Amino acid sequence: MPNDPHALTVTLRVNGEETRFDVDPRTTLLDALRDRLHLTGTKKGCGLGQCGACTVHLDGRRIVSCLTLAVMADGASVTTIEGLGTPDALHPMQEAFVACDAFQCGYCTPGQIMSAVALLQEGHCGSDEEIREHMSGNLCRCGAYANIVDAIRTVAGATDRSGAAVPSREDA
Amino acid sequence: MRAFTYERLDAATGASRRADHPGTTYIAGGTDLLQLMQEGIAHPRALLDVSRVGTTGVTAQLDGIRIGAATRLADVIEDPIVAERLPLVAEALAASASPQVRNMATIGGNLLQKTRCLYFRDVTTPCNKREPGSGCPAQAGQNRLNAVFGGSPHCIATHASDLAVALVALDAEVIVERAGGEKSIRLDDFYRLPGDTPYVETALEPGDLITAVFVPIQATNLPGRYLKVRDRASFEWALVSAAVALVVADGEVVAARVAAGGVGTKPWRLPAVEDRLVGRPMDVQTLQLAAEAAADGADPRPGNAFKVPLLVNAVARALAATADQEANR
Repeated sequence: MPNDPHALTVTLRVNGEETRFDVDPRTTLLDALRDRLHLTGTKKGCGLGQCGACTVHLDGRRIVSCLTLAVMADGASVTTIEGLGTPDALHPMQEAFVACDAFQCGYCTPGQIMSAVALLQEGHCGSDEEIREHMSGNLCRCGAYANIVDAIRTVAGATDRSGAAVPSREDA
Repeated sequence: MRAFTYERLDAATGASRRADHPGTTYIAGGTDLLQLMQEGIAHPRALLDVSRVGTTGVTAQLDGIRIGAATRLADVIEDPIVAERLPLVAEALAASASPQVRNMATIGGNLLQKTRCLYFRDVTTPCNKREPGSGCPAQAGQNRLNAVFGGSPHCIATHASDLAVALVALDAEVIVERAGGEKSIRLDDFYRLPGDTPYVETALEPGDLITAVFVPIQATNLPGRYLKVRDRASFEWALVSAAVALVVADGEVVAARVAAGGVGTKPWRLPAVEDRLVGRPMDVQTLQLAAEAAADGADPRPGNAFKVPLLVNAVARALAATADQEANR
């Protein structure tokens, strides 16, 4: 919007690359990523912070990009699903989601994976119960929850509720 | 969403003068305000971003613990001072929202979040809080989520914050930056009952900026539990919640702090429960008799009458859990 007098310039480091663009202040980070930077891997679900489909990492922490304005993120680093792995070199969490069949329609999957990767760093994946609690910000209307927990447990090398080490699906 | 201007502030000092204009609103985490703007409930003309004015971090002082207003919920939960000395606050925050929202939302903003009353959140219906004088359909309508304490014929919306319930139990204060200087307000006095002005929710004056929350020293280092009962196991507001902190010496309850959430038009302190605890032996009978006073004065409606026994049972369980914590110290 080059002619908009209210436009503000935003600088973001997105997936390691610095980018500058002008936005209407009303633009959410989610809409900026999708519509301005054409990074459509980040999905728009509810737009109200309830579903988690738009989860990205902002300065290394998972957030819902629908509830922050692009201008509020000025100067920050953003990682989206496009910055996590490539089709030829998947991130281990992406591999685990494929191996564990952790999705059906796939719409929530980028958000689930961004959340799951952050969860590993947060260290709250010591049990299935803990994984479920700390994935509660990501809804899956297909109901792939059991397999999503499997995928995260596999990557975390966590133990199940009995305390035994749980083998990955491929080992089982 | 209507157009607005946006500016990021560098310091809390002077903010109140900048914000003292109709239509000007502070934004920090934005997790509630952006929902309200997306839904057409709030339409500010100017946003002042106070997320980077430097009011972050937890500080242990001689007289208490100060939590900066712009500190993110997740950072407060992980803070070692809070984990060790304010377990009730840590537990209430851990039960709040989702991990993503906890990484964004701030302490000051959490205290100012708007009610989840269905009618307030639906712009196609009347609501005295949103549109003064338009009416309160919750009185005789869908009131399952609404308040049983502190309501008026004009409003029975509950306060949604878990943190505020824990902080009211701990006699916390809100520190406010005001044009004339810094002001401290007890959180219990900070929140207003709806009366006939349900749109006046707090003691804040135009331009006021919350810079910190302060928990006085006598309310720190206490065993305490926050029990939250909700429609699903996680990422949901409370139907009923109970915040409890106890001081026990030689098997006797010396001091008790009990407050409830999900039941009041503001975080609801339960002095009748506290009175039945202090000076009594710390045993099962005392805790049960005390919990039974939790619903004293409740004014339920058909849709939310279930909250009365739920509150009594939640307080009983939170008291028992706190007694366990005390016994295992």
